[in-house]
Amino acid sequence: MLLQRFLVRLLTMLVTLFGVAIVVFVVIRVAPGDPIAMMLPPGASDDDIARLRALYGLDKSIVQQFFIWLGGVLHGDFGTSISLRQDVLGLVFDRLPATLELATVALLMAIVLGATAAILGARSRGTAIEAGIDVVSGATLSIPDFLWGLVLILLFGVLVPVFDISGRVSPQLDLPFVTQFYLVESILRLRFDLTWDLLKHILMPAVALALPLAAIIAQLLKQSLKEVLDLDYVVLARVKGFSETQVILREALKNAALPTLTLVGVQFTFLIGGTVIVERLFSYEGLGNMAIDAVINRDLPLIQGIVLVFALLFVLINLAVDMMYALLNPRLRHG
Amino acid sequence: MDDARVARRGLSPRLWLAGGWLVLALLATIFAPLIAPQDPLAQDLMLERLPPFWLDGAEPGYWLGTDSLGRDLLSRLIFGGRIAFIVAFAAATSACLLGSALGLIAGYFGGWADRIISRVVDVWMAFPPVLFAILLVAVLGTGLSSVILAIAIIDWTRFCRVIRAEAMSQARMDYVESARIAGYGRIGIMLREVLPNVLPSVVALLSLEMGIAVIVEAILSFVNLSISTDDPTWGGIIAEGRLSIHQAWWVLVFPLITLILTVLSFSQFGEALKARFDPVLR
Repeated sequence: MLLQRFLVRLLTMLVTLFGVAIVVFVVIRVAPGDPIAMMLPPGASDDDIARLRALYGLDKSIVQQFFIWLGGVLHGDFGTSISLRQDVLGLVFDRLPATLELATVALLMAIVLGATAAILGARSRGTAIEAGIDVVSGATLSIPDFLWGLVLILLFGVLVPVFDISGRVSPQLDLPFVTQFYLVESILRLRFDLTWDLLKHILMPAVALALPLAAIIAQLLKQSLKEVLDLDYVVLARVKGFSETQVILREALKNAALPTLTLVGVQFTFLIGGTVIVERLFSYEGLGNMAIDAVINRDLPLIQGIVLVFALLFVLINLAVDMMYALLNPRLRHG
Repeated sequence: MDDARVARRGLSPRLWLAGGWLVLALLATIFAPLIAPQDPLAQDLMLERLPPFWLDGAEPGYWLGTDSLGRDLLSRLIFGGRIAFIVAFAAATSACLLGSALGLIAGYFGGWADRIISRVVDVWMAFPPVLFAILLVAVLGTGLSSVILAIAIIDWTRFCRVIRAEAMSQARMDYVESARIAGYGRIGIMLREVLPNVLPSVVALLSLEMGIAVIVEAILSFVNLSISTDDPTWGGIIAEGRLSIHQAWWVLVFPLITLILTVLSFSQFGEALKARFDPVLR
């Protein structure tokens, strides 16, 4: 049952990825503007242009180009970046860890913030505290990450300059890292001075990404908690003498978390999508920031690679959430 | 029921505030040439980075100060609102028409139509929306119609998914069955019976989508990919403000406040409409 569900999802995922590949390819190839002409100095000969076009496979038909490119992708060859003249896959892997660290820190923050607000709201249901949480989460939810980023830049970059609002790490620091997972590696190497510097940079963009998601978690989890808190077994726990907070943490939370978990999965992909502009806003050297440069430079192979990696990330997260849901949901587990 | 009444009572003042701001902003942008105190494009290096009116060094007539080229911030905000509102209405309406039509077809007819449309929605959902928007505008070329088209191409799925689900549940209702027995054709039933019943959701989503469109336009002009760089846009002003944040904070603060108020108003409006039409809450 579970395996079958997994295989069906896996197949759907591949179809989706193939669809993404086609859409990106078509969108990019109808783009006006010759990327080759932009690479060469003015006055380059027609021969040079033709040679370069052949080098990048741009002289073939669009269907041929697609399958050449797709064949390469399946072998891990995403082509060569036109603006940076480097292997696309290498460039993407160099930047992806920065984005993953940012998104993960943001997700953790959103869960902690959202769950705290939900538990607080459920504990004091019917009071002014709950009403306050509702109003704040409603407004927080309506303001997108881009605007939160700007608000944070003003508050903590200008008004009270305590955090860094630009870059991933202070440029004057000597980095001993061998991987691109700076934050993880700094902790593993016990270089907490570097961890601190990285955190000071990552905090503001992460909060900007986390706030809308935290608000969604707060609303949904509070709602589920309130429903569960009226059930018999919770009432029983209360009768046994557990305090309201204990009842929530020990009994209710486990059963109320399932709907929120599914939602968090979907929303996490939105959060990752948000890194594109938030990274730009904070000059954070991640995948999204590179993507915008790639679009501005009309770097077709690089754009394709980045969009595909984002799409892969999205469908993998959806798959993981779906599987987690199936594993945790008793009705599906035994079904 | 208690919750519903609280929601209704709580929503009214918010709805008034939201509607008030939108009407005010809309009127200001429509009558921009009459209201704007200065020419939004006029540069004057003698007047660069003037602070807003309550600070020392402010000049009369430049209420919210000027940017690094000496252009009047208030006038630029008012004229920038034109682009924002045109994009909001045009892009949201286009996305709504496209998405609702496909959602209605997928949800009501089911079968192959549903399978194909749902698969396309899946593919669309696998794109990071902001990157997709930037990519589309880069491909289509900058300009007002490209921005509107890009937003419609990306955001139709929001309508499609909701309307599909609604149409599906409506299609199973008794009244649809009765209409069929009464001899109406399938398309007739879809347009005359199902469509009016999903319309409330469409209208609520439309208002939310307008807020989203305003943000996307701001993001696009922030990365300099919206309309031509001469015309003021909210995102363009924000980009200038981000650069001169330590010298002239007001260039960032005022467009940011304007954007937040506008987005909040659109979403409050949408939420209120949703609550009003929701049969459970009603």
